[in-house]
Amino acid sequence: MTLIDLANPTRFLALSARVLPWLAAATVIVLTIGLYQSATAPDDYQQGATVKIMFIHVPNAWLSMFVWGVMSIASLGTLVWRHPLADVAAKAAAPIGAAFTFLALLTGSLWGRPMWGTYWEWDARLTSVLILFLMYLGLMALWRAVDDPSRAARAAAVLTLVGAINLPIIKFSVDWWNTLHQPASVMRMGGSTLDKSFLIPLLVMAVAFTLLFVTLHIAAMRNEILRRRVRSLQMMQASQKAA
Amino acid sequence: MTALSALIRRDIRIALRVGGGALIGVLFFLTVVVLMPFAVGPDLALLSRLGPAILWLGALLASLLTLDRLFMADHEDGSLDLITMSRTPLELACAAKALAHWLAAGLPLIVATPVLGLLLNLDMVSTGAVALTLLAGTPALTFTGMIGAALAVTLHRGGLLMAVLVLPLSIPVLIFGVAASQAVIVGPMNFGAPFSILCALSLVSLVVGPFAAAASLKHGLD
Repeated sequence: MTLIDLANPTRFLALSARVLPWLAAATVIVLTIGLYQSATAPDDYQQGATVKIMFIHVPNAWLSMFVWGVMSIASLGTLVWRHPLADVAAKAAAPIGAAFTFLALLTGSLWGRPMWGTYWEWDARLTSVLILFLMYLGLMALWRAVDDPSRAARAAAVLTLVGAINLPIIKFSVDWWNTLHQPASVMRMGGSTLDKSFLIPLLVMAVAFTLLFVTLHIAAMRNEILRRRVRSLQMMQASQKAA
Repeated sequence: MTALSALIRRDIRIALRVGGGALIGVLFFLTVVVLMPFAVGPDLALLSRLGPAILWLGALLASLLTLDRLFMADHEDGSLDLITMSRTPLELACAAKALAHWLAAGLPLIVATPVLGLLLNLDMVSTGAVALTLLAGTPALTFTGMIGAALAVTLHRGGLLMAVLVLPLSIPVLIFGVAASQAVIVGPMNFGAPFSILCALSLVSLVVGPFAAAASLKHGLD
């Protein structure tokens, strides 16, 4: 079973129909465990119970970048290998990624209110996530602006790849511009500074959100394939009526 | 090589002629800068503090708005098809077109900067700093904006959508351009570091821009 075997949409639909219930079940189980662990995690000695926002906020922020990575690989699939399902994957991922980014901004803002005393701060990380959100919205607007899906796919693929090159540059320049947010504490040299009682629920939640993304993404891809089929059937019907 | 220089000379000549529209960019730049005092008030001290930011925003908008037509006019009269089918690599042809556009529409913005600096109460050194950072930074704007122009011509959609797509990509240039100018004017920061990064951004976009634009033209035109 290689990636090229999935090029046939019918085969993809058949396979994904079998995989999807298992994925959904796994998502529910891991998410339940993660939520239970997050709820029973101890309060922080400084932040109190608000630290629990982290268990939702951090996985969302990770996913917001991960989804752009998935879209970039799908865009390479569109431009280089011309994989027929690559543009379906890229199109289906964009709104999900935008939703994760929005949730990261929203939970961050709700966390910032008790911690920093303000909902919004023009701090480096918040700003670069906001720009990421704007780029997701721009990409969705591009998908919607063009009626021919394959033409929109190639334009969106170029833009996604340009964004993939530019996002680290934007991140770096915004860091230069302003730094107020705490430095990275989970992924860094010399091990994590996070206590085990916080780290384990956080990692479980990260796995749960990744599973959630995979489930939603496959479901959205199925919808997109079916939507295109409906569209081509409608067009066939219209041309038959005309003839 | 001769093909590229011919392309550059042709584009500059068209841009400077009646109907070319390169100098409208300067006029737009002037208008944006003149509008600013009406928005923030005629306080000269405030204006000189905001000066570099206003000049950079004006130049950013002016260079992006003129880019809209970079490939569109060639597409309408068919010469874009000739360029894509010629033996010159499309990436080089795109780079040549962007260079010509920068010479015709970007350089006049920099020449106009000292006059606009006077209006914003900037002294000689500050105006020089802004002009220098614009000289180093506007190529990045042109070469990134070219990607948007190439998308616009393949999708038959210009204007607002392209501005929405390209403006976030120009944030780094804006940050380092304004940072370098402010370093000269206000002082404690080092001028060299942001200025070098600004030059680096221009060089990176010099490489990435033509490839992305050529890719979108190759895949999008039919």
